[in-house]
Amino acid sequence: MAKTDLMDFDKALELFEPVLGFEVHVELSTKTKMFSDAPNIFGAEPNTAITPVCLGLPGSLPVVNEQAVRYSISLGLALGCEIAESSRFARKNYFYPDLAKNYQISQYDEPIAFDGSIEVELEDGTLVTVPIERAHMEEDAGKLTHVGGSTGRIQGAEYSLVDYNRAGVPLVEIVTRPIFGAEHRAPELAKAYVSTIRDLVRALGISDARMERGNLRCDANVSLRPRGQERLGIRTETKNVNSLRSVERAVRYEIQRQAAILAKGGTIVQETRHWHEDTGTTSAGRPKSDADDYRYFPEPDLLPVVPSAELIKELRAALPEQPVAMRRRLKADWGFNDQEFRDIVNAGLLTEVLETTQQGAAAFQARKWWMGEILRIANARDVEPSSLVTPHQVSELIALVESGDLTDRLAREVLEGVIAGEGTPEEIVEARGLKVVSDDGALIAAIDEALAAQPDVLDKIRSGKVQAAGAVIGAVMKAMRGQADAARVRELVLERAGA
Amino acid sequence: MSESSTADITAEQVAHLAHLARIDLTPEELQRLTGELAQIVHAVEKVTEVATSDIPATSHPVALHNVFRPDVVGATLSTEAALAGAPEHDGSRFKVSAILGEEQ
Repeated sequence: MAKTDLMDFDKALELFEPVLGFEVHVELSTKTKMFSDAPNIFGAEPNTAITPVCLGLPGSLPVVNEQAVRYSISLGLALGCEIAESSRFARKNYFYPDLAKNYQISQYDEPIAFDGSIEVELEDGTLVTVPIERAHMEEDAGKLTHVGGSTGRIQGAEYSLVDYNRAGVPLVEIVTRPIFGAEHRAPELAKAYVSTIRDLVRALGISDARMERGNLRCDANVSLRPRGQERLGIRTETKNVNSLRSVERAVRYEIQRQAAILAKGGTIVQETRHWHEDTGTTSAGRPKSDADDYRYFPEPDLLPVVPSAELIKELRAALPEQPVAMRRRLKADWGFNDQEFRDIVNAGLLTEVLETTQQGAAAFQARKWWMGEILRIANARDVEPSSLVTPHQVSELIALVESGDLTDRLAREVLEGVIAGEGTPEEIVEARGLKVVSDDGALIAAIDEALAAQPDVLDKIRSGKVQAAGAVIGAVMKAMRGQADAARVRELVLERAGA
Repeated sequence: MSESSTADITAEQVAHLAHLARIDLTPEELQRLTGELAQIVHAVEKVTEVATSDIPATSHPVALHNVFRPDVVGATLSTEAALAGAPEHDGSRFKVSAILGEEQ
């Protein structure tokens, strides 16, 4: 494939104004699916979490999950949307085996929520209001694995294998209106927007929002228009953007790619594009025109959803803080400086740090572990930190350090065990025998042994060369395989010397 | 909704619909279906004679709403049962022919 021409980013911004739009799919963390009582679970054996409804078997009928409706309304309210007095489902018809029915149940002309906005904070504290067009309920599709061909991708595949466990999982799709004025900060805004939605749904407790698991998926629309032109340019829709970092990179790439084409007098093809994480590029997908012929019609198997005023009032009263307000409060509560706090937000770890503190850990400890060892391992493995450990596990680890049962070094070893799936921190401490030896008797025995090997040390200490204790401390730590508190050993050695 | 009339149905529209539905039609079938579809649309068109602008659109004949189920897990199919009707499978997943195009 020929190398795609890209225009320098600053040059592209000089000539064109970028206009953004986002479609974010949020998988709701209900116990069951949108229209069936099959469990909504991740990582089960293929085709074990399905019912006749998930397979669209003849005679099966969908019934709406009440909790999914409540979650959707809460999300709509948190996005500042109007909640529809009456909302209905529609069939979106297409032929692709990710859904067995040959249609997806979605919402079309009567979405549950519409006309909202959300404030998004950029790195330097600038607030941008992103207009929300609608948030509608729909069902997720199954998962296809393409077999044969060299890349595992669709091209060249001999056949595909279908797992319907995800088919029917409740989704809310949040659609923005066109976003103007982001200019050279368009990539940054894209990341900040998705990060804000992620924080919001986590705060609402309606989704796990783990991007690496596809709980939160973003399609980014980008178009450019020449400076001074009123009419919007032709847009592309980049799919498969599954990390905060990718959202930023994909928007930047599309701006540079489109600018290069337009500057040469070319036209942008209205199409979906696929983001490739490995190469940091997008490639053409299907053209928009034909495939958009979905022939929506009202779903005859389902009745309208008419939320009562009481329900809306109840859900509105239970809304959490807006993400921007929450960030400002947390920054003050935790006492971090601008840079420290911004680093957490940029790493996409605000919710992780918050939830770790909610489990009882001190904020500086939560920050230290997430932004330190966990982020380091995640970067080395090129995965999201949240895919490695849970806030609960991190808080347990911190508690073990705080109680003196683990040193930082031992705690890092325990963390490795947690990431490797060996169990809870407590279990790993037990299984690997990593607990700090806090029994003075055992330490004194080891000190005696070390002193026997280095009999002149005590005299040196007594004559004022306190640093001589280092040799004994080193020997004791070695004998204890690092599982001793060096400060305590030092105290005991000095006591022994009568110093 | 736009006012439709039988004259609106063309062979091109039917061919397009057939393509979207992944149905191969012979020229004879296309011609016959264009006529039949026009008849059906004509029959449905009668509704517009009584449905004036002050009558709200309806999507369901039953005047019910908010029929929900609680978020409680029920019985699932066994994988064997789920795959029983599949022409091809690999023991745990449905096997389908190579797909041209991409996820929607």
